[in-house]
Amino acid sequence: MSLSAKEKVIVKDFFAKVSSRSDEIGAEALARLIVVYPQTKSYFAHWKDLSPNGAPARKQGITVMGGLYEAVSKIDDMAGGLLTLSELHAFVLRVDPVNFKILSHCIMVVLSMLFAEEFTPQIHVAVDKFLALVALALSEKYR
Amino acid sequence: MVQWTDFERATIQSVFEKMDYDDVGPAALSRCLVVYPWTQRYFGNFGNLYNAAAIQGNPMVAAHGKTVLHGLDRAVKNMDDIKATYAELSVLHSEKLHVDPDNFRLLADCLTIVVAARMGAAFTADVQGAFQKFLAVVVSSLGRQYH
Repeated sequence: MSLSAKEKVIVKDFFAKVSSRSDEIGAEALARLIVVYPQTKSYFAHWKDLSPNGAPARKQGITVMGGLYEAVSKIDDMAGGLLTLSELHAFVLRVDPVNFKILSHCIMVVLSMLFAEEFTPQIHVAVDKFLALVALALSEKYR
Repeated sequence: MVQWTDFERATIQSVFEKMDYDDVGPAALSRCLVVYPWTQRYFGNFGNLYNAAAIQGNPMVAAHGKTVLHGLDRAVKNMDDIKATYAELSVLHSEKLHVDPDNFRLLADCLTIVVAARMGAAFTADVQGAFQKFLAVVVSSLGRQYH
């Protein structure tokens, strides 16, 4: 499954549209990840504060969104463009790839909440595919 | 047996009480058919599913969406034995409809996204947690009788 030219435009346009609230999106998505899927906290045992609305969760959400915007800018070659992030996830973080799907779902729930009108099924499918491809790029170097 | 907290019970009752079934049912099913197009395989006799607009305007999809959503009512009323409540429906989906149980999960995800859109800020992380736990139990029960 790859993004069509049209879908790339949809993704770029949508992410541009929501960029002013990207911090909020990231923070909310991380909060939901921790609350709805508590097993994900296993990756954040080093945080002083593991609460969903705490500063570390918020900061992590913002970091994740930064990565997603980088992926949008490299949408034509995500595996190549996200090489550093890919190596980070493979050799340092070693996040089990199942968690990419979980976080992607949380991000889309937040997008749906904050942008109910805009997050139509057509945009949803393009974003879903995009997030799946980002996940694939991030797990590129795993084995 | 699934353990439900008071918060979870109250949340599920409240979310479904406030839900507009005629809106959410069709929206969730049509979204599923658009976002996961392979799910269209079960709806060969529904007519025009050629593109998102056709799917969202298709009256058979809308009607079926309402049917499916009302199917959740039984679980809402019998939260302490969802497995038994859906035993018959599970057999139906397995032996007659031949639906891959993974599709239940896909539809549940779309339903979550639609409910999030309708509820907005009221769909807090805790509410999402309760709602997804409920749907996970439903999904598991519907797949239970497959063999």
